[in-house]
Amino acid sequence: MGLRKMGPNKRNLAVGAVMALMTLGLGVAAQAQEMIRRIDNPPPGHPLPEIISGYEFRAPETQALQDDDFDNPGFLWVEQGEELWDEAEGKAGKSCADCHGDPAESMKTAGAEYPKWNEKLGKPINLEARINLCRTENMQAKPWKLESEQMLSMTSFVRTQARGVPVKVQIDGPMKPFFEKGKKLYYTRMGQLDMACANCHEDNYGKRIRSDMLSQGQINGFPTYRLKWQKVGSIHRRFKGCMKQVRAEPFKPGSDEFTALELYVAYRGTGLSVEAPAVRQ
Amino acid sequence: MGVDWKHKTIRACIGLGLGLGMSAMLATGAAAEGLVKYEVVDDGVPQSLTGKPGDAERGRKVIINRKQGNCLACHAISVLASEPFHGEIGPSLDGVAERYSEAQLRLILINAKAVFPDTIMPAFYRNDGFTRVMKKFRGKTILTAQQVEDVLAFLKALK
Repeated sequence: MGLRKMGPNKRNLAVGAVMALMTLGLGVAAQAQEMIRRIDNPPPGHPLPEIISGYEFRAPETQALQDDDFDNPGFLWVEQGEELWDEAEGKAGKSCADCHGDPAESMKTAGAEYPKWNEKLGKPINLEARINLCRTENMQAKPWKLESEQMLSMTSFVRTQARGVPVKVQIDGPMKPFFEKGKKLYYTRMGQLDMACANCHEDNYGKRIRSDMLSQGQINGFPTYRLKWQKVGSIHRRFKGCMKQVRAEPFKPGSDEFTALELYVAYRGTGLSVEAPAVRQ
Repeated sequence: MGVDWKHKTIRACIGLGLGLGMSAMLATGAAAEGLVKYEVVDDGVPQSLTGKPGDAERGRKVIINRKQGNCLACHAISVLASEPFHGEIGPSLDGVAERYSEAQLRLILINAKAVFPDTIMPAFYRNDGFTRVMKKFRGKTILTAQQVEDVLAFLKALK
């Protein structure tokens, strides 16, 4: 865990960390993948005339920080996630690797497909919920707290395996009512400022609110290293922040409401490459 | 400019039916307790909310303050160029007093959705009809009646 405390600059000097990255097989090879960050012709019925990753709305310095795996501070969490992948925990004495093997293979697309239907629970679950189900049911270990270092590390690691893979979530069949619920939330004005997600991220993206340029609120880069947070954070943490900004009582991270909203917002970014760990302001 | 004004007038007329309904509810409804009563006439509120003239200098501070009016988050105002970061979401407020009457501006400040139903602009003098308001803001307006008048006094000089 000492790695986390090191600043990105110190980390660059740490030969060990560089070696670890190389053995991970991330870095250069993954970065060479073509990233889809703009879709000019969304499928019929899509609410946006163009689908644009949050990357495109950020300053060149912020983009550069994301582009270089050695500078990207989000990789501190990715590296920790890689360590946790092999750690046996819980009464079953299992690690992630015991069931899932090589993450580069087994987790190649998962990061692009969540929230996903869970038959047993009868509702969609996001990646965090999936990880905690693995822990409680298969590993017989305690679930991780949602914004804990472990959870952020594991979600960062898993999502990074899908880097470059186009986002595609299921929205039909049993997912339909949850998709509709998320859509309704997206267009519902909330809080004392009485604003819906759509007021900023559909009606006004590309315009400045004070010094910040509004994006489409796409989530293909999560978990995202946010300069404002000085750490990686989850999609639900970001949702919560937005709700507080409009002076609304936020839903709870991990709630069905936020999961439905996550599903709907993921759909709005259909076709964008997963680009975790993104860097945003 | 002429075309712009015409367009705005049409939108104001369209919004008026809804506006009158909402404002009537605001002014008389039990949930709107604590609010100064006001009357919507045509597409504006002609009477001051406080009966007192607003103070443009205090209005300037409310406009700049990010926890009060925070008008610059969305609107540019050239005479406040010394303040950093004017937003681009709403129209520039330069010359706004030439485009709208005092009564119209007052209603837009009180509840912009009475005039422009789809606007992102918050209602600055309304305290009900919201969804999931954070506890500490529940039942409260963003600005006080006097602050609305103060902001208005500042805007009236933008000609």
